[in-house]
Amino acid sequence: MANWVWFHRLASPPSFYRTAGKLQWWFGVPAALLMAYGLFGGLVLAPADYQQGEAFRIIYVHVPSAWLSLFVYTSMAVAGAVALIWRMKLAEIYVTAAAPLGASFTALALITGMLWGKPMWGTYWVWDARLTSELILLFLYLGVMALGGAWDDPRRGARAASVLAVVGVINVPIVHYSVEWWNSLHQGPTVTKFDQPSIAAEMLWPLLAMALGFTLYFAAVQCTRMRAALVDRERDARWLKQAWGKA
Amino acid sequence: MIALMRREFRLLWRRRAGLTQPLIFFALVCVLGPLGVNPGPNLLAAMAPALLWLAILLASLLTLDRIFRDDVESGVMELLLLSPLPLWMTVLAKALAHYLAIGGVFVLAAPVAAVLLGAPAGSMAVICISVALGALSLTMLGTVGAALTVGQHNAGALLAILLLPLYVPVLIFGAGAIQAAGQGLPTAGPLYLLAAMAVLHLTIAPPAAAAALRIAYD
Repeated sequence: MANWVWFHRLASPPSFYRTAGKLQWWFGVPAALLMAYGLFGGLVLAPADYQQGEAFRIIYVHVPSAWLSLFVYTSMAVAGAVALIWRMKLAEIYVTAAAPLGASFTALALITGMLWGKPMWGTYWVWDARLTSELILLFLYLGVMALGGAWDDPRRGARAASVLAVVGVINVPIVHYSVEWWNSLHQGPTVTKFDQPSIAAEMLWPLLAMALGFTLYFAAVQCTRMRAALVDRERDARWLKQAWGKA
Repeated sequence: MIALMRREFRLLWRRRAGLTQPLIFFALVCVLGPLGVNPGPNLLAAMAPALLWLAILLASLLTLDRIFRDDVESGVMELLLLSPLPLWMTVLAKALAHYLAIGGVFVLAAPVAAVLLGAPAGSMAVICISVALGALSLTMLGTVGAALTVGQHNAGALLAILLLPLYVPVLIFGAGAIQAAGQGLPTAGPLYLLAAMAVLHLTIAPPAAAAALRIAYD
């Protein structure tokens, strides 16, 4: 039997508030270190690409943001399902807190991709499968944000956003593959061919560090945002006043 | 459930404006498209599938409002929530009635619009089938959107933001099927995919819309 006590404890707002307060540092400091190493390794140590020259270095921002854009949406959908099935307050807060972060990562991936596309493909934008589905993902995020903010009662907004996130995640693969069959020009994946990545090790390590750094950064900021949302929602609760020493 | 569907049909029939206005809107979009570009037959025929489907997408957005709003405003929705019929079946009945009415209207209107836009005559059957299959997906996703925005004042813009990204595959395969038919290519592939999506949305939409309604009435 797995021990679920920690899970239930985490699900209660006061203990989450305390835990997340510590976790944001445990995530944030390694994130800063990893991103510092990744940026130094990627921008200074790694050799220039034999085809793309120095311009390839934008991969160190582009690829982690693109990964995070998908990861955050998936995690939102899982949290949304948890929120709907077990009516867990924190899972709802997770969905609404994560949506703007995911949208930012998506926008960052799109912008860096456009800047990368100009020197490589000769144009900022092509109606390619991956670009288009990333753009549609951005609109899905914006939809979740719009729906979450449309209600006077933040709880209702968060629960409605959870439904949308779950419906959206079922449709994301369909959207992706429909666009893929429609048109594709994007270069193939670089890293996921694990048996023989088509990227040199001194280029790969900073990239992985950046990816992990971005993920931890997301976790840290998400903890902070969830704490802030919790304070906003429970502003009259006694535990909060105790936590702030104003009982 | 059958009784509920009959009630829906009766309501639809008594409020025919709810059906004719989206139809007029659909016709207007189809007319405005050629006016915006140089309506040479080649360009127009190339754009016809996309224009046709865009018009359907936008017109179907306009119709979604009525699925729940009247019942919510008159308080019937509360009774439906309390009725012994599971909520997802209520939603399914309403959505199916809506689909049969609106989808039927579009299936009849699409070939006329296609002639207007200069689509090749051989593609009429494909146009009708693709619209019939695609409209089922649109209605089912739209029901979820309508349920999520129940009670919102500016539901229109919100609905468009929520739903249009999810409508992308229907647009691609719907227009793709018509395009393939126009070029004499096999159309079974995109049509099967449209059918598969319709089945998927028919399965997931009623529970999702039911969950959304419960949130609004929590």
